[in-house]
Order: sequence, then structure tokens, then C-alpha cells
Amino acid sequence: MDEGSVITKKKEITITGFGGQGIVLAGIIVGKAAALGDNKQSTLIQSYGPEARGGYCSAEVIISENVIFYPYVRQPDILICMSQGGYDKFIDQLKDDGILLIDQDLVQAKGYSKEYYAIPSTRIAEEMGRKMIANIIMVGFFTAITGEISMDAAQNTVLESVPKGTEAMNIEAFTKGYDYGTALLKGRKKKALGKRGVQI
Amino acid sequence: MKPAVLSGVHFITGDVACAEGALAAGCRFFGAYPITPATEIAEHIAGRLPEVGGTFIQMEDEIAAIASILGASSAGVKSMTATSGPGFSLMMENIGLAACTEIPCVIVDVQRAGPSTGLPTQGAQGDMMQARWGSHGDYKIIALSPISPQEIFYQTILAFNLSETYRVPVLIMTDEIIGHLSERVVIPDESEIKLVSRPRAKGRKDRFLPFEPGPNGVAPMAIAGEGYNIHVTGLTHNEKGYPDMTVECQKQMMARLTGKIQNNLDDIIKTEGYMLDDAEIIIISYGVSARTCHTAVDEARSQGIKAGLFRLITVWPFPEDQICRLAERAKALITVEINLGQIHLEVERCVKDKVPTYLVGHVGGTIITPERVIETIKEAT
Repeated sequence: MDEGSVITKKKEITITGFGGQGIVLAGIIVGKAAALGDNKQSTLIQSYGPEARGGYCSAEVIISENVIFYPYVRQPDILICMSQGGYDKFIDQLKDDGILLIDQDLVQAKGYSKEYYAIPSTRIAEEMGRKMIANIIMVGFFTAITGEISMDAAQNTVLESVPKGTEAMNIEAFTKGYDYGTALLKGRKKKALGKRGVQI
Repeated sequence: MKPAVLSGVHFITGDVACAEGALAAGCRFFGAYPITPATEIAEHIAGRLPEVGGTFIQMEDEIAAIASILGASSAGVKSMTATSGPGFSLMMENIGLAACTEIPCVIVDVQRAGPSTGLPTQGAQGDMMQARWGSHGDYKIIALSPISPQEIFYQTILAFNLSETYRVPVLIMTDEIIGHLSERVVIPDESEIKLVSRPRAKGRKDRFLPFEPGPNGVAPMAIAGEGYNIHVTGLTHNEKGYPDMTVECQKQMMARLTGKIQNNLDDIIKTEGYMLDDAEIIIISYGVSARTCHTAVDEARSQGIKAGLFRLITVWPFPEDQICRLAERAKALITVEINLGQIHLEVERCVKDKVPTYLVGHVGGTIITPERVIETIKEAT
């Protein structure tokens, strides 16, 4: 069904939350980083209700080596949830071997028995004094956990996409998310090796 | 002043690509009334036009919006407006005026599901027949349908070129999905973009006949204020532009209005084939629905079914000859569109029961899935 899935990999990513959280901007950064920074094909679909803020909102990104014709996400390989409503709506669509990323203060991964990745992105943003940069923290976290876009492409795209004068703060936010993800992965690796009793 | 052509590689929506295409085409006036999902075209071009010496006006409604572009174009400025379903309905009367008075202009309809207010943030292709017949009387327009943000950039340039060449309203019939879809868009060097301007009035200003057709059936146009004594009216008019309420004059005027399109079909109509050479099951589609069909054709081929796609880049005038030829050799034709069968009616008219025809339609609000198309391909095999 998906063009070229046999030959090359294609990744479908759904980012979901409330209107006003910067969900679409997060999607633009991921899609743009893949298309312009990493030179892959990518599409971004944004869907939202008629409300300006507070309503349901999601961004659907597809990244592929080949031309993408059908631009909607069928079954996400990666699901990023920044609201409980978004989690409830999309969790059943996530592939069996898919990756779930959540804002741990806003989302409870109810009924999800597999391993997932959680970050207090909104809390970190509040500590930085700007609640609205939680999306950039999440993009950093996503970059570290999944590796679907390169660090360079992600950082450059963040710089290009945010309002003038806020670049330093946004890069700091991105780095916080990225470092949180890297540390989380390291911790899990250590734990996994420890469980198996492997000597390092 | 900033450059009008932003050469380079961008990751932008179809709406923004449309606005940039307009600027690259030489559009320097945009009058509009905001409406989802076309607002981003107005929003973007409102910021850009002052940078290139152009003018943006937010009018009080869509009737005024199209009136404003007809005025600006009459004054010699390439002009565009953009809207969606409800606004498109309001524009119909003046689309007829533009066709009758032969004022070049480009109208973008970012289609959303209707009727009436419908689903403002969700896509459809339900205005295709309205594009053809929405204003009263017999007349011909040109309508294009883009498959991607990249193509809408080029189609907007093409729309201006066709509009200037034939002095006719050109409609870009896109949809919410393409309008809000972000993809890589390559904007070429300014030198690679070929622009066309309307044929202009020459010779004695007191003896000029504003509606005397040139060699391709199109009359040279006098620009308001440059000194030609002209009269412009929506009444049936003679070559001088004066009202002449006779059957004879109506015949003459209508022959010109329809002939300039009908006699230049080869120049106007653009289509694209995918896997057509040996195709037995041929899908006819356009705009965002053609993306679904690409995926469906690939899947059908992988299952050994000889399917192909015939994509309408120009929807109006309808590529009748091409469709008739496909009907001569296909086992079945399938029309795929996000409405209940508008272009399908045209396909059926051309096929005349020579081969079975199928419709994969949708009431609007979302894209058609490849599975539904494949199901019908199998049914037709």
C-alpha cells in the first residue's frame, strides 16, 4: 500500500495536542528538517477544528526516501501526545512496534502495556519561564529518541522557524529535550544490560 | 523592495506556494475576503505584495473582492483573488462579467466540503461543476487542478499566462488538503519563468475597436486611462463595446467568447499519464484525489492488474478527445473525486457506453483511501 515500503523505509508520525501548544509548528520543524536538512521526502498535514485555541489539533508527518503520494498517516510508527484527548484518540492506531512519546504531566498512558518514552516537557518549559516552548523541547526529545531527523537538521530548522530574538531560548529548549532523551536512552540501556547480567 | 521570485528550496503549504506563484507570475494586486481554508493565501500575499510594489486590499466581502480584481486588471495590473465554497458562490455573478467583458483574472477556490457552510476546515472537490457553470448563460472559462504545493506554484503562473493570453477568468480549483499540505517546493530562477501579458491596444486611439478579435480570436486590450475611448459593459456588445441588443450581435459575441477557448484546446489542455501504455483499467482523477490513485495504481500493478492513471491538470475545458480515445482501448474507466460524481458525468458523456464506467466518490471532509480505489479496480477487472 505504501509506496516503496519494500525497498526503503517510510515513517509515519502523528503529533497531537491542544490548539495553542505549537503542535503544527512542531510538525513543520520535523517535516522541514527531513525535507530540507536531511534531503528526504516529507509531507505535513495539519488538522484542527474551528477553534483557535484549546480545541483538538494534530500534525501528521510522513518521512520517506521515495515520493509520498498519499499524505495521510494510516498507522503511525511514532505517536507524540501532548494532551490526554490526543492520546485517547490516536493510541489504538499506533503500530504494534511503534514508539510512543508523551508529556508525562499532561498524558497518562492508560492501558498501554509496552515501553514508552515520557518527558515533562511543559514543566521544563515553565521552569524556563516560557510555557509555549514545550513543543520545541518535545522536538528535541523526539530527535534524540527516534533519530528520524538528524540533530543538525533539527537545530537549523528550529533556528529558522522561531520568531527573531527567541533563537537562543529555543535552542536551549531543544537541547534540554534532546539531552533528556539521550539520558533516558542511556539509562534504559544500562538497565537492560544490568538485567541480563552483562559485564560492561 | 524584495525579490518577487524567492528562488530556492522551501518547505511550504499549497496556499503559500500559490501566493508565491502569483507573485512570480507578476500579480501585483490581490483583493480578497478571508475564508478558511484560503485565508493563508491572503495572509501570505498581504505581507509580500507591499515588498514588491504591489497592493493588497481586504474587501468587505467576496462580491467586492472579485469586483476589485476586475477593476485592477482593467487598469492593467495582473490580479488575483482566493476564496472557498461560500465565497466562490458569491463571486459567480462577477465571474460572468469577467467572461463577458474579457477581463483577465485568476480566481483560486480552495475547496472545502459543502453545501453551504459545510465543513470549513476539511477538504472536498465539490465545486467542479460550479466552476464550469456557476454563472448564468453560456460562457467558457479555464480551470486547473493542482496535485501538490509544487504544482500549485507552477499552475498559478500558468493560470496568469492563460488568463492574459485568452482574456478569460482562470480558476485554480484546489482543495483544503493541498492548501494545507506542506511539502518541498523548489522555486526556480526568475530567468526560467516565462511570463505572458495580454495583447495590448495599438494604433489610433479614436478608431480603436476594443472587441475586434486578433489572429487567435482574442481582441487586444486597452488599459483604462491610457487614452483609448472604450466602453465596457456586461450587456451584449458589438466590436466597439457598445450595447447592441440583437440576436445577430449576441451570436457574434458568443462565437468569440466560446471560440477563443474551443479553437485553442491544444494550447490550453494539459493532462498527465501514469502507467497508461498497457493499462486496461484506467483511472481518471485530478487534484488531491490523483495522489490516492497513484498509490492505488502501484498496488494494483503489484498484484498483476494492468491499471493506469489519467490525470487532468486542466479540468475545464474538458479533455473530451483524450477521454474518448481512452474509452476506445480500456476495459473500464474509473473516476475518482471527492464529490458525488461531477467529473464522472463528463466521463460518462464522452464514453457513451463504449466501456463500463465506475465512480469512486466521497461526500467530502477527507481524502479517498487507496483501498476504496483498489476495491473498484478489482470489481472492474
